[in-house]
Amino acid sequence: MNDYVVPLCYLAASGLFIVGLKGITQPRTARRGLQAAEAGMLLAIVGTLIQKQVVTYTWLILALVIGSAIGTAMSLYIPMTAMPQRVALSHAFGALAAGLVGTAEYYNREPHLSTFTAGALVLEVLLGFLTFTGSLMAFGKLQEILPGRPQVYRGQNAVNLALLGVAVAAGVLLVLDPSRTLLFPVLAVLAAVFGVLLVIPIGGADMPTVISLLNSYAGLSGAAMGFVLDNKALIVAGALDGSSGLLLSIIMCRAMNRSFTNVLFGAFGQVTAGGPPAASEERPVRSATPEEAAMLMETARKVIIVPGYGLAVAQAQHKIRELATVLARNGAEVTFAIHPVAGRMPGHMNVLLAEADVPYDQIKDMDEINGEFTQADIALVVGANDVTNPAARTDPASPIYGMPILNVDSARTVMVVKRGMNPGFAGVENELYFQDKTLMLFGDAKAVADGLVRELEASVRA
Amino acid sequence: MSASVEAGLYVLLLASFVGFEVIRRVPPLFHTPLMSLTNAIAGISLVGSLVIAGSDRGALSTALGTIAVTASTINVVGGFLITDRMLKMFRPRQPATARGPAATDPATTGTATRSASAGSADAGRPRSEDPR
Repeated sequence: MNDYVVPLCYLAASGLFIVGLKGITQPRTARRGLQAAEAGMLLAIVGTLIQKQVVTYTWLILALVIGSAIGTAMSLYIPMTAMPQRVALSHAFGALAAGLVGTAEYYNREPHLSTFTAGALVLEVLLGFLTFTGSLMAFGKLQEILPGRPQVYRGQNAVNLALLGVAVAAGVLLVLDPSRTLLFPVLAVLAAVFGVLLVIPIGGADMPTVISLLNSYAGLSGAAMGFVLDNKALIVAGALDGSSGLLLSIIMCRAMNRSFTNVLFGAFGQVTAGGPPAASEERPVRSATPEEAAMLMETARKVIIVPGYGLAVAQAQHKIRELATVLARNGAEVTFAIHPVAGRMPGHMNVLLAEADVPYDQIKDMDEINGEFTQADIALVVGANDVTNPAARTDPASPIYGMPILNVDSARTVMVVKRGMNPGFAGVENELYFQDKTLMLFGDAKAVADGLVRELEASVRA
Repeated sequence: MSASVEAGLYVLLLASFVGFEVIRRVPPLFHTPLMSLTNAIAGISLVGSLVIAGSDRGALSTALGTIAVTASTINVVGGFLITDRMLKMFRPRQPATARGPAATDPATTGTATRSASAGSADAGRPRSEDPR
């Protein structure tokens, strides 16, 4: 009977995963979709546990209990601002599992592997260990255990490519003759080293793309595992994960007007390392106190708030929501405008604003909102930089030229909340700050927002 | 090419296209939950890890499999829980249920006023409540 039950469990699981993803395309159905995916996962696990191959349960139960405890603790206590780190870490775990399963399978079946299976296995192990260490590096950078700045040195790309070349060559030799057991550790170690070297030169601003790309690799190694174990549900899940990661990285790259190779082989890193930007002479900017800014806001009818990574760093999402509420009570129409690469992972800002209770229909994407800036009285930029730089439109010499930006400079007044005049991650001066219509509100985003709320409350009541 | 490998390639091809088409419709609003959901789904590598760890094929297999089961379980359990935690936070301006059209707005406004003017309110309250 198991001959039918187990495959049917896997089949149902695959279907439910797709239903789950379909659910998340709409706010209304998102949680139902999640439940469908959960049910699918449960079916797949139960289906596996009743298989004849599974004979000892001691270690399984131990691992399941430990894993569940860690997973539950992590998901319940992690702050929303730390989501990018958590996602990077979970890519690392997923890829580690794939790499280890591949390793075990290799040593179990080594002389009898068919060429195709050996190929899938090599791919699984290569991508698995590469993604494992790469994601750990990304985690380290996001958690600020490692320096977030790109680490570059001369000949880096040549070294990386050579290393990858050797790893791939070892893989090919293994496929041709799986009994060359000495090559297997070489492959695994080189893949792990390559993962480290691949992510080291990538800066914080490119993290959304890198995380998406690692997501896609983790998915692909899962799909390869499906071929090794001849399990179609694994292939389906891997393909879904892989295509989701790929699609997100394409969206991220497009939002920065850059190509994959450009992100991976560190053009930004080299720009930053290649000397400070030319225009470093002192130029006057207009700065304002929260009191002066609040006076302007009081008369504003339409305010667009543009959050960026600085908002997450300052944990200012709740204060900004308070500000939005006060402005709305004062009769202003308040909208949030989000650039696709704002923050450190796709959708980072949306999650933070949702956490702060900002209704999602008050949040607009770049394409939706860009036409509205001309009617806005105030564009309030909170901790965003490069995504608002008009040089992306006008200055062909700028490293960010051609990147789609939020047209904040079309608003009547632009207010920029920023800690200092440091350039953004691209190392580019932001022309916006020197325009006549721009007011700089220097300070920590949370403190400035707090000041604005206080001043507005006082003047509204008076 | 064995029939199973061939079928697998078809599955891969079709699932990739389905994945692409479905995920293309996910709004940027949900990109983070999408990532954590696909992560949880990809945690189905748990299935492969379980077989390796549980089929008694030597110490190496059991050890590697056990680590793999732990890692994938973290992803499955953690991934689903945190996706749920995130999705619960997303809500529209006006709830579709009959809680009154402006149900959320005055509520949030209320808390905002309270917390913002907390300084003065706290200073005033003890005196008014104190009988002396």
